[in-house]
Amino acid sequence: MADASKTASRTAGKTAGKSVRKTTSKATSKPASSKSNLQATGEELLKYYRDMLLIRRFEERAGQLYGMGHIGGFCHLYIGQEAVVVGVEAVKKDGDQTITGYRDHGHMLACGMDPKGVMAELTGREGGYSKGKGGSMHMFSKEKEFYGGHGIVGAQVPLGAGLAFANRYRENGNVSLTYFGDGASNQGQIFEAMNMAELWSLPVVFIIENNQYAMGTSVKRSHSETHLYRRGASFGIPGMEVDGMDVVAVREAAREAIDHARTGGGPYVLEMKTYRYRGHSMSDPAKYRTREEVEGFREHNDPIKRCEARIIEGGHADAAALKELDKDIKDIVKGAADFALESPEPSAEELYTDVLA
Amino acid sequence: MARMTMIEAVRSAMDVSMGRDDSVVVYGEDVGYFGGVFRCTQGLQQKYGKARCFDSPINESGIIGTAIGMAVHGMRPCVEIQFADYMFPGYDQLTQEAARIRYRSNGDFTVPMTVRMPTGGGIFGGQTHSQSPEALFAHVCGLKTVIPSNPYDAKGLLIASIEDDDPVIFLEPKRLYNGPFDGHHDRPITPWKNHELGEVPEEYYRIPLGKAAVRREGNDVTILTYGTMVHVALAAAEETGIDAEIIDLRTILPLDFDAIEESVRKTGRCVIVNEATKTCGFAAELMSIVAETCFYHLEAPIRRVTGWDTPYPHSQEWEYFPGPKRVGAALLDVMEAA
Ligand SMILES: Cc1ncc(C[n+]2csc(CCOP(=O)(O)OP(=O)(O)O)c2C)c(N)n1
Ligand SMILES: [Mg+2]
Repeated sequence: MADASKTASRTAGKTAGKSVRKTTSKATSKPASSKSNLQATGEELLKYYRDMLLIRRFEERAGQLYGMGHIGGFCHLYIGQEAVVVGVEAVKKDGDQTITGYRDHGHMLACGMDPKGVMAELTGREGGYSKGKGGSMHMFSKEKEFYGGHGIVGAQVPLGAGLAFANRYRENGNVSLTYFGDGASNQGQIFEAMNMAELWSLPVVFIIENNQYAMGTSVKRSHSETHLYRRGASFGIPGMEVDGMDVVAVREAAREAIDHARTGGGPYVLEMKTYRYRGHSMSDPAKYRTREEVEGFREHNDPIKRCEARIIEGGHADAAALKELDKDIKDIVKGAADFALESPEPSAEELYTDVLA
Repeated sequence: MARMTMIEAVRSAMDVSMGRDDSVVVYGEDVGYFGGVFRCTQGLQQKYGKARCFDSPINESGIIGTAIGMAVHGMRPCVEIQFADYMFPGYDQLTQEAARIRYRSNGDFTVPMTVRMPTGGGIFGGQTHSQSPEALFAHVCGLKTVIPSNPYDAKGLLIASIEDDDPVIFLEPKRLYNGPFDGHHDRPITPWKNHELGEVPEEYYRIPLGKAAVRREGNDVTILTYGTMVHVALAAAEETGIDAEIIDLRTILPLDFDAIEESVRKTGRCVIVNEATKTCGFAAELMSIVAETCFYHLEAPIRRVTGWDTPYPHSQEWEYFPGPKRVGAALLDVMEAA
């Protein structure tokens, strides 16, 4: 908890060799999130608030639909982590790619994908992004540059480096935003991807969503080095630890990392210190952590409440206006849930399409 | 005797093995502190300590690779891959190292390692949590592959696997963990405690690898199957009224050739059922064996019932899953053939 409130500590001076040199480069020479930089306009804050609340309400509804038996199998909720994806996506440019693991609903909404299509995929219906065949963990959108939704832990990370390779090859100026968890950061293929990314100077930002647990296994029971922003150090990739519960801190860190990648600096590692409030998936009673720990985040470090406080303090909106906004969002989510229940199941013939051309 | 679910039986096998032999260690993702996502290792860390039952990071290649190293040095690691679908990062270690070290070292070194993996579908897991990869193990030469269909077998086979001097892939059909699921997803499942094969001795016993079991004696047609499909086949025989002989292979490598031949020669007909996709599935191998060894005794073409050749879908799961209706149709089909 103490860690998550620490805004940004850097690899500078803590790692040897090239990564230290890198921290003197233009991209990393200014502090990413000193107080003076953590400014956002009222308009920006209201947008982040809205985007985070949409994810929160969507996930709450998904949890309900699961409880009622409308969603089967696996369903990993993003509640608590909303500031990460909203903060990062706030500074991405058209054409930048997003790719993540199976805790992916928030990423899709933040990419601008239609909540109806996402929810209908969860319920396994024809109107879902994968026509119901993929489910919660396996969805894509070409239009929104969302490259999935991957159920195998860590598998998306080399793909993210490959997307970055394509960007560099085509000189399109785009950056690949490659998300994965603290647990995933131990998969061997992530080290392979990081080495290639730095070796080939690929425009990719490795975004580690450190919510402190991989299912029931805490970071300290599974990582010899618990500062995950140092994951890229031996490859010469700069890293930064970020308060992932503060959407503005996330945005500023992402801006720095993305600029670095976009301007030819190569990859960057961002460790987002965050927390998931719900169990790993719907069937997890979460007995491996205390109620107090969860409450501590919910009550004192919630990304939406923290954004709300900034809005109110700055006089950008009052409580009544925010309530109104919440109502609008609930309507959108209700529309998505209704659609997800009304859309029919795909036909049995549909199972055979798109196996191969 | 005690009544056990398949989860408890698997746990009991590890417990007994750890108690008898201190070279046995148990590890994997969420296996120690948490007791496994399916609870198969619950209590083992408390009982045997963190040195013998522990968590690993999420890295299947590392899990399997380190287990091979331990095994080559004479330990008997029994590791868990949380779902069989996650073994692919470790598949290189399984096929190029575990499966080859005996051969490569002229028998100087062996790999007495067991890799447990929950397998199969029926849980709405979709394409990355429902696959049945048994044929991928049987194909490589140098691995043994075991797939129990009930708690009694699970315990005896797992103890035999842990004691085996070669690498054993131990596939646990996850849809059978709590009861003999027969494909009727819309009916409540009978818990193992009400099933005779849920009766499991608390103490040590072994079931030898390579011995099939006859689950139902019959005269008209032989069904060759294993895992969840044993119960689906039983339901299909019951529902069609066809006098099928159901052979539960229990281990697909080593395979009980004698049991297969004896039964098919008796019945003259054969239906093979596996949950995995069709092309190059283990059913294809079984068909070849039956064709090679029983051809002149066959009165009808051999039929197989399998999953479709598609990724495992999230929706339409019961369209995909080879349930009792599809098995029943194949039975009727071979009975009608001249
Ligand atoms: C290769 C592979 N191994 C294991 C799993 C099972 N699994 C799914 S999520 C998960 C935990 C991952 O934790 P983390 O990367 O921290 O992400 P979080 O769930 O916290 O978002 C595990 C072990 C899997 N899906 N794929
Ligand atoms: Mg995590």
